Amino acid sequence: MATGTTGPAGSTGTNAPGRAHIRARHLRTDRWWLSPAVTVTILSAFIVYSTWRAFANDDYFAEPYVSPFYSPCLASECDSMPMSANAPLFGDWWGLSPALLILIFPLGFRLTCYYYRKAYYRGFWASPSACAVPEPRGSYSGETRFPLILQNIHRYFFWFAAVVAVILTWDVLIAFRDEHGAWGHMGLGTLVLLANVLLIWAYTLSCHSCRHIVGGKLKHFSKHPVRYRLWGFVSRLNGRHMELAWASLFGVALADLYVYLVASGAFDDPRFF
Amino acid sequence: MTYKADFRIWRGDTDGGELRDFKVEVNEGEVVLDIIHRLQATQAPDLAVRWNCKAGKCGSCSAEINGRPRLLCMTRMSTFAPDEVVTVTPMRTFPVIRDLVTDVSFNYAKARQVPSFTPPEGLKPGEYRMQQVDVERSQEFRKCIECFLCQNTCHVIRDFEDNKAAFSGPRFLMRIAELDMHPLDVADRQKAAQEEHGLGLCNITKCCTDVCPEHIHITDNALIPMKERVADRKYDPLVWLGNKIRRRGSGD
Amino acid sequence: MSEVERHSYDVVVIGAGGAGLRAAIEARTRGLRTAVVCKSLFGKAHTVMAEGGIAASMGNVNSQDGWKVHFRDTMRGGKFLNHWRMAELHAKEAPDRVWELESWGALFDRTADGRISQRNFGGHEYPRLAHVGDRTGLELIRTLQQRIVALQQEDEREFGDPEARLKVFQECTVTRLLTVPDAGSEAGNRIAGAFGYWRESGRFTVFDAPAVVLATGGIGKGFKVTSNSWEYTGDGQALALLAGAPLINMEFVQFHPTGMVWPPSVKGILVTESVRGDGGVLLNSEGKRFMFRYIPDVFKEKYAQTPAEGDRWYTDQENNRRPPELLPRDEVARAINSEVKAGRGSPHGGVFLTVVGRMAGGTEEIRRKLPSMYHQFKELADVDITAEAMEVGPTCHYVMGGIAVDPDTAATPGVLGLYAAGEVAGGMHGSNRLGGNSLSDLLVFGRRAGEHAARYAEEIGEARREAAQEQLDAAEAEALAPFAVESAENPYTVHQELQQTMNDLVGIIRREGEMTEALTRLDELKARAAKAGVEGHRQYNPGWHLALDLRNMLLVCECVARSALERQESRGGHTRDDFPAMSAEWRRVVLACSIVDPDAETLSVRLTRGEAVPMRADLLELFERDELTKYLTDAELPGKDG
Repeated sequence: MATGTTGPAGSTGTNAPGRAHIRARHLRTDRWWLSPAVTVTILSAFIVYSTWRAFANDDYFAEPYVSPFYSPCLASECDSMPMSANAPLFGDWWGLSPALLILIFPLGFRLTCYYYRKAYYRGFWASPSACAVPEPRGSYSGETRFPLILQNIHRYFFWFAAVVAVILTWDVLIAFRDEHGAWGHMGLGTLVLLANVLLIWAYTLSCHSCRHIVGGKLKHFSKHPVRYRLWGFVSRLNGRHMELAWASLFGVALADLYVYLVASGAFDDPRFF
Repeated sequence: MTYKADFRIWRGDTDGGELRDFKVEVNEGEVVLDIIHRLQATQAPDLAVRWNCKAGKCGSCSAEINGRPRLLCMTRMSTFAPDEVVTVTPMRTFPVIRDLVTDVSFNYAKARQVPSFTPPEGLKPGEYRMQQVDVERSQEFRKCIECFLCQNTCHVIRDFEDNKAAFSGPRFLMRIAELDMHPLDVADRQKAAQEEHGLGLCNITKCCTDVCPEHIHITDNALIPMKERVADRKYDPLVWLGNKIRRRGSGD
Repeated sequence: MSEVERHSYDVVVIGAGGAGLRAAIEARTRGLRTAVVCKSLFGKAHTVMAEGGIAASMGNVNSQDGWKVHFRDTMRGGKFLNHWRMAELHAKEAPDRVWELESWGALFDRTADGRISQRNFGGHEYPRLAHVGDRTGLELIRTLQQRIVALQQEDEREFGDPEARLKVFQECTVTRLLTVPDAGSEAGNRIAGAFGYWRESGRFTVFDAPAVVLATGGIGKGFKVTSNSWEYTGDGQALALLAGAPLINMEFVQFHPTGMVWPPSVKGILVTESVRGDGGVLLNSEGKRFMFRYIPDVFKEKYAQTPAEGDRWYTDQENNRRPPELLPRDEVARAINSEVKAGRGSPHGGVFLTVVGRMAGGTEEIRRKLPSMYHQFKELADVDITAEAMEVGPTCHYVMGGIAVDPDTAATPGVLGLYAAGEVAGGMHGSNRLGGNSLSDLLVFGRRAGEHAARYAEEIGEARREAAQEQLDAAEAEALAPFAVESAENPYTVHQELQQTMNDLVGIIRREGEMTEALTRLDELKARAAKAGVEGHRQYNPGWHLALDLRNMLLVCECVARSALERQESRGGHTRDDFPAMSAEWRRVVLACSIVDPDAETLSVRLTRGEAVPMRADLLELFERDELTKYLTDAELPGKDG
């Protein structure tokens, strides 16, 4: 919308004609800025860390642990990760870090996630920063236009994210074998990867699109008792979507960090058996 | 415990107004509406406030307390420190009438734009059969007391007057979800939710849910499921294709 | 006088609660141009406060239920003072009215086979109340509201104007009914419309209409401790009186046994009867279930004598009698009153009501079955009802008396073209209303009032006339009087003293001396109310609104006090300390109040005695003769002289 049609600044927002004339833009007295500030800080830190790690193309494999940032490896120039998810679909023309190929999917999943949308619209866009705190802009079109209309493809990312979660589960399985391929291994790394994959699954399954697909789209639950129960299960998880979103974000970063520390030799993986 | 509290209350009308200071007695167990009533009875007999049941069931006394949309009757004074200034203003998304009373006709106009419940043809009263699990989702939305706090807090119209024409607000998008999930409603509501009622303008920042005095999960249970249903119809070629094939397969 | 805004309609409905909206829907469905005028916003009426459910003998849970059983329960609850024809119509038509709501989009809780679930309630023999958790009133009002919107959408399609045939005038208060002379009615006049003001602007408005339906609800704001909202100032009753229609049974005021007693700011707010219907029990400060000591003789055979039997009833109703916590409301209210007086009350002057450990499903079930009670106590009193007992005590809840109406048509006998339905009308509930019967009353008689008002408006056709200018001038002068007063009295103070007077002197337990005293004080308050002045201007001025409402409250409170002083017996919602017994002679007496002079400087009411219409023989046969002897005089008993 052309800005000219909205009238001069001050005639819009909470001071639009007819509304109670109150000079203060908002009258909140609590620390409303805290939550968006925390969101921005943590997400920014994650972006910095993950960008560094994604481009590093190094120290992502320490037998038998694979960093979740690099699994599955779709390029052919990966470290040889025997028993692991080498799937060089892209062949050898890809010259950049193989992490970039796979990270698109979890990144897209989180970027279009209904919870993260709330978090970054509030934190980065101030749209709005907090309830009843005005937006610092003159017009707004929500998710009706490109690019934000693309948020509607969240469900596709859910499916990709589910595939990635399966692969990461496989990575956890092989983390129960030692460097010689014998079953019965467990180190701290195994537990780290296990915790990570559990969080990833919980977050992925608690997704609003997943809730819709398993049963939310139905009109009559009574005709689909199994899907109704699944929907009930996903709904309960969905109630914790925010917590799971953050927990799994920390989880994946920590899992990668752990593999990095072990692979770079900074740290020896404690073995339990 | 009785003490004197500092209140700042917006007084005025469409021509303008200001925050005025009052010192007023507060007793144990009281809510903000009690204090407003005490002001009416003792210091400002013409202070306009809309209220009705005083039990959080009718949704009349919506206003903003310390900048947050609240019901006056459900905000206990014990949530404030005795030395805290309590600022009360009318809702800031709707035109003011006088003092704490606003013109909420926007909401009634929007209500009228949502096509009403449409039962299957030929189903007579008394013949309705519905399962409890099928009505529960819509029942949650029917707890709505129409206080319009969600409409008031929603930045889509609070911050952008221009959007009022295109956007029905959380309350009425939830009404559409209620009907779409009603086990016996046969009308098609999904495309209209996006095209006529502005569901796409919602960016699910959840303020509607935060302020709902009935604790209805407006965003998670109504708006997002509605967005997913719209995605089925408008943005998901696979679902569209699947529906086409299934319809052809089933032969009708 | 200045030009006032004028609207012409076929039917004007005053009040937008359940009865008003149902009447408006009916009149509009019959094709008439209908207006709804209400003091609050559309959809905020006091009906939303109703929690328990709608009584209708659909027999979904217990197939033995039927209209005859419902009729019997209603008459018993009202101690046979009910107009039997109203109770009959009500019992017969209630199921249709509930099913119709469903076809307009209402979502009641369901039985396992998909029908409307029904719950137990005080005084009802079988599970009978259609409900949605404990917010049934909200469901009812929202459904009717949405039905009106649906009709407006139809008009929009047909005429391009959604309000072509049905318009809601919200936040508009009617202060006088307008009439023209007509020899064909008892009062010598017929309806010509209504005069009122917009709360928002203070401007006056006139509705020209041949038929008016009064559906304004009750009078609770005349009492200090009440579950009623500010709107319940007896407007409809006063409007009817002033137009020349009488009020009957005004001495019967129901004190709901369980209102909140703490904190003070919410004192009186209702704690739904379903708390007891779903297992809640009343305890005194000694932890005893005292209700077993208060079962009156007339109910001895119907109620459990031991807690063990009472508890079994919740799961096996065929073989056990119901617990006495579910006695009719008047009995429970008096019992609580006695316990508190005997010094066995709770810290804040009530008794304890608890559901803790009373439901098989534990905390989860409590929250699911009583969501708004859980919410209400949590938010308003900081009490978690799943872990602690509630403190409750009686609160003024409902007036059984009201405008005298013809049972079939809801027309007032006094004034042609004037109809009344819902709480504002009298007769249906006798001396005590059963829980759940109010919502069904609204629907059954709301529809009938709408239907007959519409018929009347159609029949009158060309003969309709507008009220004389003098009436409008007088109404305007009356409404503006508070601005002209010097040495003004504070209307809020007058109101508080009125409430205190009624609470102390014409409350649950009544005595002759106190009521005489009350009448003297009411006279004084009338004089002070005449001097009630207001500050500021007419735009949304609550002080002014209250000053105008005082006239109505004083009139109806006088009716209550005069009738209560006259009736020398105790029955249902009228308990005389000096006449504790129920009298079969008094059952036949109907006390009616009418205005002495509607144009007088100081308004006052006069009391007349009428006789109850004898019950039809086939209805009498629904009762055992033994039971009838408890209520009727020998002469009234059937089969006496063949």
